[in-house]
Parts: sequence; C-alpha cells; structure tokens
Amino acid sequence: MHKISFPLMGDYNVPIEFLLKHAFKEEIIMPPPITSKTIELGTKYSPEFVCTPFKYTLGTMLEAIEKGADTLIQMGGGCRYGYYGEVQDQILKDLGYNVTLINLVTKGKVDIRRIVKELKETGIKYSKLKAIYYGFIAIKMVKYMDIIDDYIRENIGFEVKDGSFETLKFKMLNDFRQVKSYLELKKLYRYYLKEIQNVPIRKPDKCLKIGIIGELYTVMEPFSNYFLEKELSQNQIEIKRFTNVHYLLFEKKHKIKKYLKYSKKYIKYQMGADAADNIARTKYLCEAGYDGIIHIKSSFCTPEIGAMPIINKIASEYETPVLFFSFDANTSETGIKTRLEAFYDMLEMRKEK
Amino acid sequence: MKDSYLGVDIGSISTKGVIIDDDNNIITSSYIWTEGNPIKAVRKLIDILKKDLPNNYQIKGIGTTGSARKLIGLLLKANIVKNEITAHAVGTLTFYPNVRTILEIGGQDSKIILIKNGIITNYAMNTLCAAGTGSFLSSQAKRLGLDVSEFGAYALKSKNPVKIAARCTVFAESDLVHKAQVGYPIEDIVAGLCKSIVLNYLNNVGKGKKIESPIIFQGGVSKNVGVIKYFKEILGEDIIVDENGHLMGAIGIAVLARKNKIGKTYSLELSNIAFDTKAIECGRCPNNCELLKIYRNNELVDSWGSKCGKY
Repeated sequence: MHKISFPLMGDYNVPIEFLLKHAFKEEIIMPPPITSKTIELGTKYSPEFVCTPFKYTLGTMLEAIEKGADTLIQMGGGCRYGYYGEVQDQILKDLGYNVTLINLVTKGKVDIRRIVKELKETGIKYSKLKAIYYGFIAIKMVKYMDIIDDYIRENIGFEVKDGSFETLKFKMLNDFRQVKSYLELKKLYRYYLKEIQNVPIRKPDKCLKIGIIGELYTVMEPFSNYFLEKELSQNQIEIKRFTNVHYLLFEKKHKIKKYLKYSKKYIKYQMGADAADNIARTKYLCEAGYDGIIHIKSSFCTPEIGAMPIINKIASEYETPVLFFSFDANTSETGIKTRLEAFYDMLEMRKEK
Repeated sequence: MKDSYLGVDIGSISTKGVIIDDDNNIITSSYIWTEGNPIKAVRKLIDILKKDLPNNYQIKGIGTTGSARKLIGLLLKANIVKNEITAHAVGTLTFYPNVRTILEIGGQDSKIILIKNGIITNYAMNTLCAAGTGSFLSSQAKRLGLDVSEFGAYALKSKNPVKIAARCTVFAESDLVHKAQVGYPIEDIVAGLCKSIVLNYLNNVGKGKKIESPIIFQGGVSKNVGVIKYFKEILGEDIIVDENGHLMGAIGIAVLARKNKIGKTYSLELSNIAFDTKAIECGRCPNNCELLKIYRNNELVDSWGSKCGKY
C-alpha cells in the first residue's frame, strides 16, 4: 500500500485531502501544520537563492516523509514554480529517500495521459470515476471556501466578539471534510454563508481599506507572510485580496486578457506568474479608492521584482501609498511590525485630513 | 502646577528623552548611550531628566518610541507607544510644518519620510544592509583611530575624497583598508566614507523617491558635518539640520503623548519599581517559540513571541 502526501498551502489541504482520500485506494498522509521547523528543514536542503515557497514545500515534504509518506504530489506554474517538482525530486533522491514524486504539471501543461501512465508505473490504485466525481466536488469546495474567505476578510476586523469568524470557519472546514455528495456540500455552504453573514459586526462608514497583492504562495499561506492579514484585521481594516486557488485555476485564463487591456498604458504583455495581474489590480485598487496597497512576495521572486517598479509608478500617479514586503525564511518580525504600524498610522493621518 | 509630557526614544545606540510643555517648548532633554541595556539606560535617563525638571511641573503623559518602545512602554506605563517613523514625522512637523522630505540616519536604521501638506505620503526604511548607518561610521572611526565626533571636521579638510564602494559594509571596509594601505591621506578616506554613506542612503533607502525641498536631515549622523556637506552637494538642495535633530523622535512621541493624554498624573520615581524579563523556549510544538515574559514588581504584565496566542 502506498502512502501519499502533498505540500500544504493555507486551508486548501481540506479539498485536496478530500479528493485524494476518495479517488485513491491508498493511504493519505497529512503533513503536520507548517511551523518554524518546517521552514528550517526546507531551508537546510534548498539552494540558498531559491524563492521561499520552494523551501516551504520542501519542508512539508520532508515532514510528510518523516510521517511515513512514500509518494508525493507537486504542481507547477508559470515561473520558477514550474521546476519545483524536478528539483525537489532530485534533492529528495540525493538525500537518500526512496520516494516517488508525481508532478501534475510538466512543461507548463497538465498532461493527463502522462499522469495516468506514471500512476500505473508506480502501481497506485485509483478509481477514474471517483476521481472525476470527487474532483468536481473538490473544485466546488475550493470555490465556496474562497467566497466565504472573501467575506471574512472584509469583515473580520470589525467583529463584535473576538474570534467568532474563526470558530465558524473552523467548524465549516471540519464539516466539509465529512461531505459525501455535492448536494450535501451545497447545503452546508448555504448554511455557513448565512451563519457567517449573521455574525454581528460593528463597521464604521469610513474604515480603512487595504488591498493585498503579490506572489501567490506568500499571499495564500499565512505562515509565510507572518500572519499579515490577521495583524491587519486587528487594526480595524477591511482587506481585499484577489489571488486564491479558484482564481488561479479557472478565472485567470480569461481574465488575463481583460487585465492586459485594462492596464495597457503600463504593460503590453505578460511577465510571468501573476506580475501582469498585480499591475492591473494596482490600477483597480487605486481607482476604486482603496487607502493603501500592500505588495508581498517571497525573496527572489523574479516576476514580482519586474512588476514592482510599474506598481510604484501607477501608485505614485494615483497618489496611493504602497508598502512592499519581501519575506524570507529568516525575516525579522519586529521590522515587519514597525513598517506595518507606520503604514496604517500614515493611512489614518491621510484619511483624517 | 503646570502640565508637561515626557517622550522617550530608545534606539539601538542612544537613548533620548525630552520633556515638553503644552506649547511644545523643551523644558529639559537628555541624550545618553543605550549600551545594550535599554532598561538600565532609561532608568539613568529618567534620573537625569527628573533632576532638571522644575518643581512646578507635573508629568501628564508619557510616550515611548524606538526599537525598545514596547518594553520601556511597560516599564513607564506609557499612555502611547508608537513606531519611530510616525514619531519622527510628528516631531518634525511640529517645528517645520512646511517640510517635504525628512532624511534620517540613526545607529542601525535609516529612513526617508516624504510629506505633502503636513501628511506623510510615503516612507521607506533600510531593509537588508547597515552600510549607510551610524554604527558603520563609528566602527570605521574606531578602526582609523578617530573619534566619531571629529569625523565630520576631518572630512571637510579633504579636497579630493577617495571613491569607496557603497554597496555593502564588508566591501566598503575592504575598500577602505586598501585605500589606507596604498597611502591615501586620512582626510580623503574619511571624506570618501562620508560620501559613500550619502550615496548608499540615496541608492537603497531613497530609491525611486522624489526628494523635494525643504529637506530636513536628522538622526545621530546628522551631527556629522561631512555627511551634510555631501548631501547638499549630491542633492543640489539646501539641507536643514535642526540643533535638536537627534531629539526629534522623542519630541514627536511627547507631542503624541499630549494629544492622547488620559488625565492621569505620572511619577518619575523608578527606583522602587522592580522590572525583570525572563526568556523561555516554549517547546510545546515544533514552532519552539522564544517567549519573553515581563514582570513589573514581580507581577506578569505581558509576554511576547508566541505564535499561537496561548500566552
């Protein structure tokens, strides 16, 4: 029997575990939650100047192997992320681990035939029909989670009773794990959406609004951005974030053309990963009257480095302040806090005048 | 009794304290070295300030800023604890309401604050390197056998400053050693060093920022006439250096303490207050958070460093 595991990102382990559990007739190993040990392990065995998500995912893989996993799943994307699978496979082999790494995306494409062949070679048992059906449910689950997260992000800073949103969301994810059919999921989603919208909030008319943009992993994995959203929400700030898994999987493909047209004054073509998206979002956030923008990325993220001067230019044209953060495995937390504090002090002073 | 407000700025190298009255006049101020022990430094600072404070004043507000602001905020029971960027801007704006750019170089950090119509519009702080900061200057001064305070005067003597790589402290230092070993006069080296600080600051911190006059230069390094000279030369603008430039953070936080006063009267008697910190490693999960517990009069007042919020 194979033991399958996968790297973690945000709360998305819930739908992924759900899908794998149903589609494969094998054991699924959940890696432990990301902690300082994860990133220590990842950093130890990664090339020093690789982007930080590589270190996080390698760290979770190593921790999963510690728990007994022998088959790992990795994805790929439109930047250095595209080589993660191959490089991590080599690193794990060099370390002497006898593990199979199944790469879902190679050469920028999802080649189902190749994946099926690889699964056959390794002898992993799965059900095609179940994979399709539960894959559909998992996708819907991601969508529902993203919708609810968007609402929470806008309102969590203003909850009357501390922690009410978090408890509800925790309960929701637990229920999502047990879902048996699509109808059940839909019912649960409707129930929780109502519950979450009924959470009492005290929102002033003129609250600070901040948009968060940047590199996808750092934006979506709270541990890697030092719980930036949590920190912001404690200061009565409404948060807008665009990047989520549903966007990356389904919306990006057709939205990117609109984005390029919308920001054609600043860019002509895509610059890899989410660089073009973030430039368009900057323009949108400025025009929609957001008080400030926070751009976060992992160190050495090349597409975002290319986008930063353009973002700076747009923001100065609209006179919207932007705060840039570059997170690495050993960033000083105090430094982040000082800059953040100064940032919303500044936004508040601007708002008052 | 007249009201007064105490502002304390605890930086990496120096600790600054100032007491102001309702009209922002400085009643008394002090500037001492932190020497790696902020609690001890603040106790000493308060003793000095207390001696100089006339008897007809009472403290109605206390604010702390600088890198040890949180710790000292607990010690002094401050009514406001704010970051140094805001404090510097507020302090400077009290005296120079028209200022557009604040350049600040301190012991281990350097920042730039852009202001328009009395509101901060943008700011930046050094992130990676200490090449353009005061501690680099003082370590180099020591190596050259000079006192930091006479550094600036030395630089002014030079007619031909040497070129020094400004990217990084380590390379700048090896450049300096090289220039000294091949026999350049010391004033040229000192001048080159001052110039490299300015270039490094403008390249790293001031990158992409539009520097408009009036420009104010402050922080510990603003006492160095050599650095001022090269700022003027390179920016092609006049640079204002206030005689209280090194106190601006403390003044700013004192002003903020006045604006946020809660009607309480504070005592400056610290000698009978026990203040201890205890560091432990949690060890309950792989995060292994370093926890710092803070005791005031043997009573736990706060603990920091926990990722999960258990403490």
